[in-house]
Order: sequence, then C-alpha cells, then structure tokens
Amino acid sequence: MRPEERVQIAAVLVFIARKSFRLGTLLVAVCVLSFWLVSHSPIDPVNAYVGADVMRVGPEQRAAIAAYWGLNDPPLQRLVNWGAAVLRGDWGTSMIFRQPVIDVISERFTASLALMGTAWVLSGVFGFALGIIAGARQGTWIDRCIKWYCLTLASTPTFWLGLLLLIVFAVWLGWAPVGLGVPAGVLSDEVTFGDRIRHLVLPAATLSILGVANVALHTRQKLVDVLASDYVLFARAKGESEFAILWKHGLRNVALPAVTLQFASLSELFGGSILAEQVFAYPGLGQATVQAGLRGDVPLLLGAVIFGAVFVFVGNLLADIIYRFVDPRIRWGGRYEQC
Amino acid sequence: MSSVDAVAVSHSRTGRLPRLNRRQRTLLVIVLSAALLLSVVAGGLLLGNEMLTTNLDQRNLSPSLEHPFGTDWLGRDMLARTLKGLTLSLVVGVLASTVSVLIALTLGMAAATFGRAVDGAVTWLVDLFLSVPHLVVLILIAFTLGGGTKGVILAVALTHWPSLTRVIRAEVLQLRTAEFVQVSRRLGRTRWWIATRHLLPHLVPQILVGLVLLFPHAILHEAAITFLGFGLSPQQPAVGVILSESMRHLSTGYWWLALFPGLALLVMVRAFDILGDNLRSLVDPRIAHE
Amino acid sequence: MIAPEASEPKPILDVRDLSVSFEQYARGLQKKTLRPITSLSVTIRPGEVLAVVGSSGSGKSLLAHAILGILPSNARVTGTLRHANENLTPERQVALRGSDIALVPQSVGFLNPLMRVGAQVRSAAHNGNAAEAQRAIFARYRLAPEVAGMYPFQLSGGMTRRVLVSTAMISGASLIIADEPTPGMHSAVVEETLGHLRELAGEGRAVMLITHDIEAALTIADRIAVLYAGTTVEIASVADFTGDGQSLRHPYSKALWRALPQNGFAVTPGAQPVLDELPPGCLYEPRCPMSTPDCTGARPEVRALRGGVVRCFHAA
Repeated sequence: MRPEERVQIAAVLVFIARKSFRLGTLLVAVCVLSFWLVSHSPIDPVNAYVGADVMRVGPEQRAAIAAYWGLNDPPLQRLVNWGAAVLRGDWGTSMIFRQPVIDVISERFTASLALMGTAWVLSGVFGFALGIIAGARQGTWIDRCIKWYCLTLASTPTFWLGLLLLIVFAVWLGWAPVGLGVPAGVLSDEVTFGDRIRHLVLPAATLSILGVANVALHTRQKLVDVLASDYVLFARAKGESEFAILWKHGLRNVALPAVTLQFASLSELFGGSILAEQVFAYPGLGQATVQAGLRGDVPLLLGAVIFGAVFVFVGNLLADIIYRFVDPRIRWGGRYEQC
Repeated sequence: MSSVDAVAVSHSRTGRLPRLNRRQRTLLVIVLSAALLLSVVAGGLLLGNEMLTTNLDQRNLSPSLEHPFGTDWLGRDMLARTLKGLTLSLVVGVLASTVSVLIALTLGMAAATFGRAVDGAVTWLVDLFLSVPHLVVLILIAFTLGGGTKGVILAVALTHWPSLTRVIRAEVLQLRTAEFVQVSRRLGRTRWWIATRHLLPHLVPQILVGLVLLFPHAILHEAAITFLGFGLSPQQPAVGVILSESMRHLSTGYWWLALFPGLALLVMVRAFDILGDNLRSLVDPRIAHE
Repeated sequence: MIAPEASEPKPILDVRDLSVSFEQYARGLQKKTLRPITSLSVTIRPGEVLAVVGSSGSGKSLLAHAILGILPSNARVTGTLRHANENLTPERQVALRGSDIALVPQSVGFLNPLMRVGAQVRSAAHNGNAAEAQRAIFARYRLAPEVAGMYPFQLSGGMTRRVLVSTAMISGASLIIADEPTPGMHSAVVEETLGHLRELAGEGRAVMLITHDIEAALTIADRIAVLYAGTTVEIASVADFTGDGQSLRHPYSKALWRALPQNGFAVTPGAQPVLDELPPGCLYEPRCPMSTPDCTGARPEVRALRGGVVRCFHAA
C-alpha cells in the first residue's frame, strides 16, 4: 500500500468515526424525544394491546398486562429500561404482530428495500438524463417542458399518483393486482418471484416517477452553472465542440453532485414509500409504521423511528463519503498545497 | 460589411397579443395565481352546506354539467366537497407555515447572532429534525396528539422550520459582515438593536417568499397524514379524507372520486409554488437572469 | 481606417466600431441595457504585440470574447470584425477559434477542476501528435512531466501560467489573445509570462495582450491601445509613453501615464461612467480637463494623429 493511500484510508476512517459519534448523539436524542412523545399519547397502550378483545378483558388481566409491559413504572424508569433493552438488541415485542420488533422491521424492510431500491435507481437514472437534456438545451422549449414537468411532479401528492396508476393499470387494464403485496390466500412461502415482481411494479413506478423531479431539477441547475463557467468558456475558446464540452466537462462535473444528492434524499424516498405502500397495500416497513401508529403499537413505532433515523443517516454518510473522497480536490487536498 | 450583428435577438416579432416585458409577465403570473387561490377560498367559504348533504337520489353520478366532479355514494357533490377540503387545507397550511416561519426566524437569527454555543445548539436541533424521515416525524407527533385537527396543525407547524432556519442563518451571517452592520457595531449598538433595525428589514422579503414556498409542503403533508388516517377526522371535508375514501370505491370504477379532488389539490399546490417563485424573482433578480 | 505603412504586413485582425450590449434585470425586474463596449476599433499585425490597456470595467475581456465569438447569448454585438481580410462571421469564428485564434485566460478558474491538466492542454492541439507536442511544450516551459497528471488545484501560480500559455502554444494559432495573463502575481512570474508571450510574437504570431497593468504592457508591447468605458481613446506606439506624457494624444492616456508611481501618482478625479447610463457625448467628457461644450454634444470619431490614432476633438 502506498503511503498516500494509507493516509486516505485513515482519513475516511476518522471521518466515519466522527460522523458515527454525531449519529450516536442524534440517535440518543431521537430515542429520548420519541419516547417522551409517545408516552404522552392519549392512546391507552393496554387497549392497544388487547385490541378487539377489549370487552372480554377484566381489570385483573388489564393490571397484569400493564405490569408485564412495565406501564406502572415512572416514565424515567421506563425510558431507562427501554433504552438499556434497545442497546442489548431487544427492541421489544410488537403488539399487533406479536413478534419481536427487530424481526418485524427486518422482514418488512427487506420488502421495502426492493421497492425503494428499484425506485432509487430508476428515478436516479431518468432524473439525471432529463436534467442533462434540459440543462444542455437551457432556455429552449424542451428545457421549459422538462422544468414544468418536474415542478408539477414536485407538487403532486404521492398517494394520488398511486391511486391514478391503480385506476388505470389495475382497474381499467387489469394488468396489475389491485392490492396486497402477495395474493390473498396464498402462504408467503408459496409466493413466487413473479408474484412479488407483479406487486412491486406499480408502487415502484409511483415512487420512480415522482423521484425524478428532484434529481432532474438539481442536475439541470448544476449543468447550467457548469456550462456558464469559465472553464467551459475556455473550452469553447479552444474550439471544442458543444458535444465534447457536454461530455467532457458537463457530465464529469455534474455526475458527482447528482449521486450525492440521490443518497442524501433517502428521507424523502422513505416518506414516499410509506404512502405508496399504503395505497398499494404493499407489506413493507412503511405500512407497518402506519399500522403501528394507527393501532398504538408503541414498541414498533419507536423501532420504526429509530430505524428511519439510521436509514437516513447511512444515506447522508454515503453522500458525504462520495462527495469528500471521490472528488480529487478534496481527496488530494492538503497534501499538494505545498507545491 | 456588417456581419456579426446576426447574433442580435429579434425584437420585431409581431403577434396579435402585445408582448409583455419580463416584469409585466411576472406581475401578471403573480396576480393570476393569487386570484386562483382566492377564488378557491371564496368558493369554499361561500358554498352552503346543502351541497354536502346526503342525497340518495344522486348517488355515484359520473361527472356532468350539474356535478362537474361527480357525486359520491351518499350523493354529495364532489366539487363542493373538494372546494371545502381545499379551503381547509389552505387554512391548515397557512397556520402551520406561519408558525414554522416564526420558529425558523427566531432560531435562524439566534444562531447567527448569539455566538458559537447557540449556533451549535441550533444547528444540532436542525440536524436532529432532519435525521428522521419527515413523514415519520409527522406520524409520531400526530400519534402523540391523538390525531385530529389540532394534531395535524401542530405536527405540520412543528416540522417545517429546519431548512428555512438554515437559509435565514446563512443570510444573517452574510448580512453581519456588511459594512453598515459593522459600523453600527463599532458605534456600540446592542445586538438587539442591530437585529431589529438592520437585519429584520433585510430579511422580511425573503421571509415572505419563504412563507409562500412553505405552503405547498405544508399542504401536501397535511393531506398525506390525513390520507394515512392520522389527521383530520373522516367527518371533515379534507382532500386527504376524500382520497382515502375513494380507495374503497376504486375497484367499482368510480374513478372521479380520486381523479378530480387530487388534481385540484395539485393545481392549488402548484399555484402556490408559482406564486412563490415569481415573488422571489421580483425580490432577487439574480434568479431571473436564466 | 488608418492606412498601414507600406513596410508593415497586412493586419491579421481588424476590429472596427465594435459595440457590445447586454440587457439585465434589476430588483423588481426592471430592465436595463448595459453597454460595456462602444465603437471599439483596433488592428493587429503578425509578429507584433499589441497591448490593450484599460482599468477594470473598460470592456477588455469582452473584447477577447467578442473576437472568439464566445459572448453569452444575451449579448448584442454590432460592428465589423475581419480576420486575414475575411469577414469574421459566427461560422468563421467557430472554425478559427482554438486553431487560428487562441486565448490565454486569466486564472486557474478557466481549467476544468476535475480534469488532469495534461489532457486539458492536449485538447487544445488541433493537428499532429498531441501527446508528443504537450511533452515538448512542457519541457520548453520547465514543467515536470508529472505535472500533466495533476489537477488544476494542485498547481502553483507560476505553473498555472505556464500551463495556460502551453494551451495557446500547442494550438499553433497565428493570433493569440492573452486576457489579463498576470493578475496579482509577483514580478518574477509576470516577467516570465510576458517573456513567453514576446517569444510567441517573435515566431511571427500576433499577440494581443489585454491588461490593466500599463507598466507590464510597456515592457513587451509594440503598440498600446488605451480603452476607456469600452472605447479605444488612443492607439500609440510604446515610444510615446515617455517623459511627462507630452507625446501622448488623449487626455485619458496622459492621465493614466501620470498616475504611475514613478510619474508622480497624479490621480484624475471621477470614475468611469456607469454602463447603463453612458454620457451622450464623448465618454471621457465628464472627467476631462479639456472639456468644451462640443464634447457634450457628439462623440468624437477616431482620427490619425502623429503616427497614432486618437478619439478626441481637441487632441493635437
């Protein structure tokens, strides 16, 4: 390993360590704040636990349930107990799924990951392409159309677009199932890969279509800036063709910010997937989060909040790493300044 | 021999419409989008409740001249429901955005004025709120408040300040290096005096634009959490409620229940967006040069 | 037009009555028209260094961009440009730039920050083996071979200058426009860069040196065109810049000369007119000590005077 590579790897590690410390402080705050919030909810956790059986549960049973969940302890004590358990990897048991929260999240997140990953890649690729076309043709009708389209997408409610796709492709054309992540009445083991894909298409399409807007607008602006830069002016003075300028100078300087942005926008993607999963009854983490909130499943809701924070953090961390260590200005920065 | 002047832009285009200059076009767009939004509010407020009463003879009618948006399974006029819903969304959006702007202004000014410790605390708080997906935070707060109108307004109001706080903080930091602020400081003016006499007047146009540009986010988030079932109650005429109900009637082919209310919401949000953008280009001409 | 003396070669570039204007929006979207260049006329011949001197805001860089045809699209251009006796139409500009007309830009900002400098120099070559040519030119300018693999931000100020001059050198262009090539650099680098430019003229190329630094211009130029508010007020031979400026023709040239430290630091009060409110008469009239009512009524035309050119009613 060459010394400069060793320096670089050390820099990455130091960077990750510092960021992780920051995540640590933020996560603690998120946990405390979330716990404080849910403990003030008017929803009675015992009722939430017993659910439909509420009429058949007597006072003794209610007391037993409350004792089992530690609901009688003072709030601080409960926070400490819960925090200690979370640190041990025990995130509690989901009241509605009657399963450990960790298991629910990991199973549901796998489903969500397929959805979000597809949308992430597709919206990234198409958004980047649209942004490049608009930026390269700045001021022309095609630029105006793309800009108008993206701004309109940005004002479009995710769930409404999902409903439209559902009406057109599931109800009218009958190409896709109307709901449910897997066909009703089929055991999850028997679900074929094809079934999964069929149920994935519409929610993924919803998120991909809407996800395009942000990348495209950002890429367009960045390309417009690059094309107005001094180095592109000089490239023109050197007689480089407009295509060569776009290819060599434009893409090179726009690609990195676009990838960075795409990683940094996982928060919106997560929010979008909550809505899309709800519309299409897709059994992902988003739908579970909504269920937890609606039915008062506090352990699962808290787990989803923490998991959401980690998810967003990983995206931001990747964005930072790419931005800092792929760009040669920052990668080699500092060591050549003496020259 | 003159050859290079071919580059010149042609201004002699003749059309029947008078060509407006940039300023006139911008003002026209502002007036039109404001008029559209005002007419939505006027429609929502003036429409009597009789359009919303159950009318079983008129159930599930597809769009017609009498009912442009159709009717639902209780025979209620969907246009009237949508207008009422949009008005409610608008009220929630205005309330929540105003609260968010006030929070952002306070925190942004405090961060930029009261030294490093306060700045660090505010930056940390902004990071904290941005560290969890926005919709999850909304769900969490709405859950805590037990849903309902109060829950929605508070949830939306308490979560839309972080990015505007960053903008205001950056703006104040930049203003503080300006000549006139430096002079005031050397003259021994207090921080409060500088903040209220120098910084606020410069921030006002940007805050107003920021406020208008927050509406779209606030309105869309209100509709989203209502759609998910955490927000306005099913008895209220909210677009989120309408769309969530429409899901139950999709497979029966009542497409108008979803199409028009959502489209109307989209148009309203876009109108706010256009209004904000054009106001911004009046305030900050750098954006207009594109 | 001034008849060239019989012994001199024909001009490679003839700029006549060039004007450039822009439309801009101010706060509230009020439209303004800026006129950074008004009736600018210069000629340049092979083998000579013509310095175009003016303070900042006098339209110097835009002259270079107008010649190359790389002005922003909202610029309005009028006047005549002729290159080697042919009209320099936008199509000819596209064909000639980089190969016959090359630009030496002012700073590292004109290099793509994410591209190694060797590749950027090679992209300026229009014929022959680019890699070989780049190596030879780097050797000539004492740039180590590994510099080709560096990114722009890794270059020192002096290295950046040499890389930028290399791009003009490798192009083989017969007209080189150096736009403010020595901004804020210490004297050794300034001297070296100017030396490179003089060498290029020695090889028979025409070099237009655009600068605000009249002293630097005097060390290598043959003739000096003085710009004020985007117009040429005087074109004089270097020899005219002597003594207390008595050989100079225009009051602004004299003022510039007398403002130099060694000539007494005499500063003329006032500033260049604002670009959206040019005076109706002579552009220098508001500051001119020789101003008469004639000067406010009409703009003076350029005229030949004592072997140079001047734009002034009263110059003698």
